[in-house]
Amino acid sequence: MIPAPLQEIVDDFADSPASFRLEMLLGFANGLPPLPERFAAAGGEVLQRVPECQTPFFLAVEIDEDDRVHLFFDAPREAPTTRGYAGVLAEGLDGAPVSSVLETPPDFFSKMGLAELISPLRLRGMSAILAHIKRRVVELGGASS
Amino acid sequence: MPVERDPAPQFDAYAHPERLVSTEWLAAHLDDPNVVVAESDEDVLVYETGHIPGAVKIDWHSDLNDPLTRDYVDENGFAELMSRKGIGRDTTLVFYGDNFNWWASYALWVASLFGHADVRLLDGGRQKWIAEGREITTDVPAPAPATYPVTPRDDASLRAFKDDVLAHIGTGPLVDVRSPGEYSGELSHMPDYPQEGAIRTGHVPTAVNVPWKRAANDDGTFRSLADLRAIYVEEQGLTETDDVIAYCRIGERSSHTWFVLTHLIGLPRVRNYDGSWVEWGNAVRVPIEK
Repeated sequence: MIPAPLQEIVDDFADSPASFRLEMLLGFANGLPPLPERFAAAGGEVLQRVPECQTPFFLAVEIDEDDRVHLFFDAPREAPTTRGYAGVLAEGLDGAPVSSVLETPPDFFSKMGLAELISPLRLRGMSAILAHIKRRVVELGGASS
Repeated sequence: MPVERDPAPQFDAYAHPERLVSTEWLAAHLDDPNVVVAESDEDVLVYETGHIPGAVKIDWHSDLNDPLTRDYVDENGFAELMSRKGIGRDTTLVFYGDNFNWWASYALWVASLFGHADVRLLDGGRQKWIAEGREITTDVPAPAPATYPVTPRDDASLRAFKDDVLAHIGTGPLVDVRSPGEYSGELSHMPDYPQEGAIRTGHVPTAVNVPWKRAANDDGTFRSLADLRAIYVEEQGLTETDDVIAYCRIGERSSHTWFVLTHLIGLPRVRNYDGSWVEWGNAVRVPIEK
């Protein structure tokens, strides 16, 4: 099951003409919130590199008292596509309950109509980031709560 | 050529200095009606974040590849693409892009398959243009459609297929331009890149490993002819009588090496195997060496 805010993004992409989808993804890239200061100084335990991504790409995951997941990303401006993926996940999953994040299907983006614009192999960055988020949520004890 | 070559002295020694332009030259020719600048990137959104004023975008995936068959667009598709981008058959077509011009070299190579005569590469690519603080814009040009003749693609002279590579083992030089880890079979994909679906790892038997990056300076420009000859001619022993095939993973890094061997060193017979490791590492019963 895809969490509602993420489903909304998927539908927006699916309902838009192909020529507009890249612009939408760029909007997510540009709208990705900067990494909060407190992570900049944090070590690799907190801010983790996603090795499957082509460019240096880091993410941090936190779970709050209400068992909701919060996501933080850091990706260079020269990698707008990866930033766009992060922006989609930030807007679609931030604040979602732990269980919803863990249940998000790995191929949730297949209906977004990006495969014709971005080579399918390169789209794997999106599932790699999601997989990394889930792994981190489990490490933080999210699965047992 | 209708547009004179960049007279910059750093290009003089190369076999075909007319194939390169400097950032200075390009900045002075942005308004030349005989010149079209095309950006070809690895990241499909980089152009949209800002590009050289007036540059059109040519995407390797959505523009140059056929959407159905694993091949390039056919002659009609290419003519239509060129027309749409405002490129005529006589246009001086200058490519540049991100990541050391990998995809710019690739797009230039594809345009060469269709015999577009005046193709050039911006030495240093996007990286150098931006490092020098030159102007970029997000304004997307809307060129008037040009007339481009439907011209057949000639795959025989510049492109190698799997069977050509198979026949080349033991008979001609094969240059594997991937990283040492990919060549040795330790890695199935580029360091830090996603796995692109090759089932087996290693290299084509008899291929030598000359990573593409050896031909580039850190600022994205090509190394001098003397440096390039030291690598490919003196060290690797490639000569003008050789029939050379270069490959990488999907043909983009080997386009960079193809450009070096063909246009900078001037070897007359160099082909790019665009199927590369993603084809070879999945093909049934082809020999592999580790």
